[in-house]
Amino acid sequence: MSVIPDGRLADLSNEEISRYSRHLLLPEIGVEGQRRIRAAKVLIVGAGGLGAPLALYLAAAGVGVIGVADGDFVEASNLQRQIIHSSKDIDRPKVASARDKIRALNPDVNVAAIGVSLTSANAMEIIKDYDIVADGTDNYQTRYLINDACALLGVPNVYGSIFQFEGQSSVFYAKEGPCYRCLYPSPPPPGLVPSCAEGGVMGVLPGIVGTIQAAEVIKLIVGGNDSLIGRLLLFDAWKMKFRELKIEKDANCPLCGEHPTIFAPIDYERFCGLKKTADEKPVETITALELKARLDNGEKIQLIDIREPHERAIVKFPDAKTIPLGQMSRRAGELNPDIDAVFLCKIGQRSVFAIRALEEAGYAGRMLNLRDGVNAWARDVDKNLPQY
Amino acid sequence: MAITILIPTALRAFTDRRGEVQAEGKTVGEAVASFAKAYPDIRRHLYEEDGTLRSFINVYVGEMNVKNLDGVDTRLKDGDTVTLVPAIAGGRV
Ligand SMILES: [Zn+2]
Repeated sequence: MSVIPDGRLADLSNEEISRYSRHLLLPEIGVEGQRRIRAAKVLIVGAGGLGAPLALYLAAAGVGVIGVADGDFVEASNLQRQIIHSSKDIDRPKVASARDKIRALNPDVNVAAIGVSLTSANAMEIIKDYDIVADGTDNYQTRYLINDACALLGVPNVYGSIFQFEGQSSVFYAKEGPCYRCLYPSPPPPGLVPSCAEGGVMGVLPGIVGTIQAAEVIKLIVGGNDSLIGRLLLFDAWKMKFRELKIEKDANCPLCGEHPTIFAPIDYERFCGLKKTADEKPVETITALELKARLDNGEKIQLIDIREPHERAIVKFPDAKTIPLGQMSRRAGELNPDIDAVFLCKIGQRSVFAIRALEEAGYAGRMLNLRDGVNAWARDVDKNLPQY
Repeated sequence: MAITILIPTALRAFTDRRGEVQAEGKTVGEAVASFAKAYPDIRRHLYEEDGTLRSFINVYVGEMNVKNLDGVDTRLKDGDTVTLVPAIAGGRV
């Protein structure tokens, strides 16, 4: 069943028949399918690694209206994978760059450049104008927000997610199958999983996963049978393996289960544990300049570099003891609790995980987190070092 | 029972980068526990403070989620493969 109602279909022009002939030749798409594609309105959330191939392939396919929502600006480090942006787009809004590329590729597409992040306050209003949403976000707040808003509005949510070499894709369509909450009732607590900014990502991975999402969008539009509803596709680009797992609808799902309790978008910062709770002991921090001053003073400090060897090879931190994050609890005995320990990583995020792991392992010494990590040292102290 | 546990990239920092580890157990709960014992740094990623498995990691035996079988009590056969499938959240960055 197509998600595009028949009432919106109009005839194709001769130019369109030529342009989309390779679709028209497929009996699964044909003239009627192409008319549906042209009538379709698809919202892409996130103009990044996943959003780039999504936007390009959907534009090439002739999707009538493509909305792109993203509040970010193009940075040099995006260009390794976000192929909708170019070097000349650095510092431009991502949606402006995406809009230009879509228009150049296919001027018949009506592009809505939505230069803000989706929030609980605007998501329902934005999504209600679309037939399908493709989720190309990089954070749990927006992921649950999209899931909830789509289920509440009855819109299918074509999901993709990536990390390092691995991707996931599925279609969450609460009317016909499970939603993201049925699979993952709650997100990981912050401080347990590193982001791609820290963990890295192979550039072609979002190209593959985003293209899978684009294929699922087209199938929902033309009414393909075997969509990813109720199936989780796992992809490992390093082993070059696909796997498929079943996702069942959860009868207890608070959104799409038998006794729902969610009827409007909620506070996702709170849900994802991003608001500090009163009982949580804050981690002590130290700035790069403060650390430099203490070292220059000749103070005894244990510097602990929690990065892995391949990452230390990018920028070495002078005179630090190296204990990778993944070995922290079992190597706690190598630290001297009588001396202050300063933990460092790339941007000061995983070093917090290291401190939490040692707290749990019962380490009693004073622990400080190098704020903004080795990048801050390169920015404020040793300007000859690169930031990465 | 000899069980193979497949480790996703997101958790390989805690398994010395191994993508596949061997474990022992008659049930899913036992197999995961024997694996966590061998790699203690992964414990806090797998378990809540009360000892239940964290809800952002799904455990699959074959292509079935153990949530839809008998949970951690799901019986395993010799040679079974258990896959850990955590939530991941990259894409836009
Ligand atoms: Zn659900």
